[in-house]
Formats: sequence, C-alpha cells, structure tokens
Amino acid sequence: MVSRRKVIQRVLEGAVFVGGGGLIWGKSIKANTKADYVLRPPGALKEKDFLKACIKCGQCVEVCPYDTLKLAEPGDGIANGTPFFEPRTIPCYLCTDMPCTDSCPSGALDLKNLSKEEEKPDIMNSKMGLAVIHKESCLAYWGIRCEACYRACPLIDKAITLDYEVNKRTGMHAKLLPVVHSDVCTGCGVCEQACVAEKAAIFVLPLDKATGKVGDHYIKGWEKEDEKRINEEVEKADDDKDVKSAIDYLNDDDLIED
Amino acid sequence: MKKYKFLILRRIIQLSFLLLFAGGNYFGWEILRGNYSSAIIADSLHLSDPYAVLQILVSGFIASSSVLLGALLIFLIYALIGGRMFCSWICPMNIITDIAFRLRRIFKIETEAKVSVSRNLRYYVLALSLIVSAVFGMAAFEIISPISMLHRAIVFGSGAGWAIVAVVFFVDLFVLKAGWCGHICPLGGFYALVGKQAVIKVKHDKEKCTHCMDCFDVCVEEPVLDIVGKKSDFIRSGACTNCGRCIEVCHDNAMKYSLKFDLKK
Repeated sequence: MVSRRKVIQRVLEGAVFVGGGGLIWGKSIKANTKADYVLRPPGALKEKDFLKACIKCGQCVEVCPYDTLKLAEPGDGIANGTPFFEPRTIPCYLCTDMPCTDSCPSGALDLKNLSKEEEKPDIMNSKMGLAVIHKESCLAYWGIRCEACYRACPLIDKAITLDYEVNKRTGMHAKLLPVVHSDVCTGCGVCEQACVAEKAAIFVLPLDKATGKVGDHYIKGWEKEDEKRINEEVEKADDDKDVKSAIDYLNDDDLIED
Repeated sequence: MKKYKFLILRRIIQLSFLLLFAGGNYFGWEILRGNYSSAIIADSLHLSDPYAVLQILVSGFIASSSVLLGALLIFLIYALIGGRMFCSWICPMNIITDIAFRLRRIFKIETEAKVSVSRNLRYYVLALSLIVSAVFGMAAFEIISPISMLHRAIVFGSGAGWAIVAVVFFVDLFVLKAGWCGHICPLGGFYALVGKQAVIKVKHDKEKCTHCMDCFDVCVEEPVLDIVGKKSDFIRSGACTNCGRCIEVCHDNAMKYSLKFDLKK
C-alpha cells in the first residue's frame, strides 16, 4: 500500500514535470517558429495546418530541380525540417509537373490546392504568396525605364501588367509602372529575384501578410453577384432587427429633402 | 571477430540507410528517398515513423492515407516482429550514443552514483510530447528531436543540427550513462511499449551462464537483464533493443536470438 504522503508527492512531481517540461517545450517550439513569415512550396496548406501536417521528410526539397526549396535548420526561426524558399536567392520556377507538391506524402502539400474546382492541378494556380511593390524604391515609379520584374514574370501581362502614366516631373515622358494582380500572382518570386534594386522593391509576402479584408458589411452595389448578399444578410438577421429600414434609409428621399 | 559480429552488421545496416537516404538527396537514387520520418522505397512504397504520425494526429491533422498506411506498416513490423530493433539497428543516433557508451568504459567515467534518473522518464517524455503536440498544434518531438536533426544534418547537409547532437553525446559521456537512448528518448520509449510482445527476443540459458557479468557490461538497457543467471527465459522487457551485444560477448553461449510466441508478461 502506498502511503498518502507518497501519493501526494508523486502527484506534485508529475505536475511539476508536466508544467515545467511543457513550458520549456512550448518555449522552444515558439523560438523555433519565431520568423515573421515564411514562404512555403506550391500547394501548401495554410501555415497553421501546414505546421501540423508536415512530417519533415524533406522529399519536396530533394525533388526540387532548382534547389529552390530548403529545409529549415535550428536557428532559422522556422519550424525545424520544414521546407521553405527565399525568392531573392532562388525563386520558384513553377515546374509544370509540380514535383514538390506531388512528392509530399503527408498532405501538407496537396495537389488539390493547385486545382480550381474539378480541373486538373495547374502550377499557375499556386498561391505561395503575393508580390508587393514598394513604389518609393521602384525605379519605374521614379520614372526610369526598368520593367525587369514585368519581363521576368512567368505570367507576364497577367500577374504583372504595365500602367502608362505621364511623367509630370519632365512633362514629356511616360512612366511604365508595374502593377501586380493578386488574383493571378502565384507568389513564385521570380520578380523579386529579377529586381535590380539593391534591396528588392518588389517582394513576395505570404497571402495573409499581403492582403487586407474589407469585411462583410460592405457590399458592391454595382456588382449583381455581390448585391445578392443583401438578401442573404436580411435572411440571416435577427428578427428583432429592423433590417429593411437600415438598408433603405440611405436611399430615402427624406434625407435629401432635409 | 565473433565478438563484434552483430555490432558490425548493425553498423553496416545503419550506415547503409544513411547512405541510401543521402544518395537519394544528392544523386537522385530512387531506392530510398526522404528520411527516417517518412520515406518512399523505389518510388512506390511509403514508410513512415508511427510516433511522428501519432503526434501529427494528436496535433489535429488527419494525415494522408499513404502516410497512415506507411506508419501502420512500420508499426506492425516492430510490434509483431522486431521489438525495439529500430533503436539499435536503424537509428543513426545509436552510433553516436554507443560511442559515448564505449568511451565511458574505456576511460572509466562513472557518474551513476551522482546522477540517478529513472529509465521510466522516457515514458513521461512520450506522454508529455503528445500533450504538447495537442496544445501547440504541431508535432512536438519532431521539432526538437536530436535524431531528426542528426539525420537531416547528414542526409541534407545542414550544419546547425550537429550542436544538439553534440549535447546528446556529451550528456551521455559525462552526465548520464546511456542517457539519451536509455532514459530520455521518447521514440525509444514508444518502441519499447510497442515491441513488448514482438517475436524476436534474446533468450537466456541459465544452465550455461557462469555469472561473468560481461553482458551487463555491454548492455545499454541493463535492467532488462534481471533474469540473467537466475532463470532461463526470454529477455521479455520491451526496453531491450535486440542489439545482440550480450549474445556476442557471452563466452558461454548463454544468450541467443530466439523466437517468442507466448504472451506472458
């Protein structure tokens, strides 16, 4: 028979082990994932799920023909053994056969994420991130002809287009301004590597870092599809809310007359 | 030479796995690709570390079927046949810790009197790893595992992992005898639990034993030898790694590999 004192002692020891050990363990996990952001291979799940799913076997890194993908090491601040890439060093060249995504055994990289609806997977559907332009350090926005990113982009005239603008400073030249289209951009980072600036003026950020969100309460009244949401919102609303008058009051003539 | 036959065989097998994995990465060999966490043989058969997959499941992700089946296959191999053989025949960390173990004997480094840690610690670490995996939503041991860092350092040529491998080595050498493999490693604990009733076991013959204690000298899991010299039976503890050191050092042929089919405790 174990004495009560012994039992209490064991319970306390257990609590200290779980609490202390868990805390240290958790801390080291946090330290291991402290990088502000990380770019994952094409077809990766959302970062949170990716971290759960990746079994860290490195097969995607092995098959990458351009040595784009690297395995995170201790000290990188990226979960040990998970794949990532740095476009300024080596971007993703968007292999059409998607060897990395295809090689992933765990489902952390999933070909499903590269297919729109029922279509075949296509590397051009990948969303590794989104290229963002810092206008103040972009030569094209200075008015100097550059186009390096635009010419390098694998989806030229789709993911990056050129806008023409009068150069007000000289009054006689055009500015050829690169513009990124987020619905097309794959986040491959070829533009980031091509940028001639000392520190790239166009660079890839993960989608959640590079995108905003207006919120559901704004509706584009000029788009038929979006306007349908008004009806959905009305149906969803609580009974005791006077939704109709809330929608109508801006259109109400009374407001104008007063 | 007879004294080292299993040791040499084990090293050949351990190094072959490393070579095949490294060749897969550097030269594109297709025999064995990936690493010890998850691998693919000849571009067709998936194998996965069942403990890593368990952590993934606990963290809240249903791994793909190929990984689940690969893990099940490995699980069954060790649960039914091999016991804890992964630790002594496959795991590359075993080479490092065996060197530390050998150096302790050569230089007579003895710390057992000062440092005493329960060998059950690994089971608590194992349990804790699953709790931490669930709480932090990612495979907890895989992130800090010195084993993974070691094989990634070799297979993928990353340098930073060697530091933690060195820590394991020096702890084993100067602080705790068989510290990593015999006390802390939750993967070893996992296979010890899994392989308890496996078929391949070392069998001891009391009649032949002359109580020379040579087997105790070389065993990294000493407590599993508790029956030696007392009764003829299998070494039944799941903690035995089936490394065969006791067999090869025994002058009396009192130990041998054998097959066990009963399910006694």
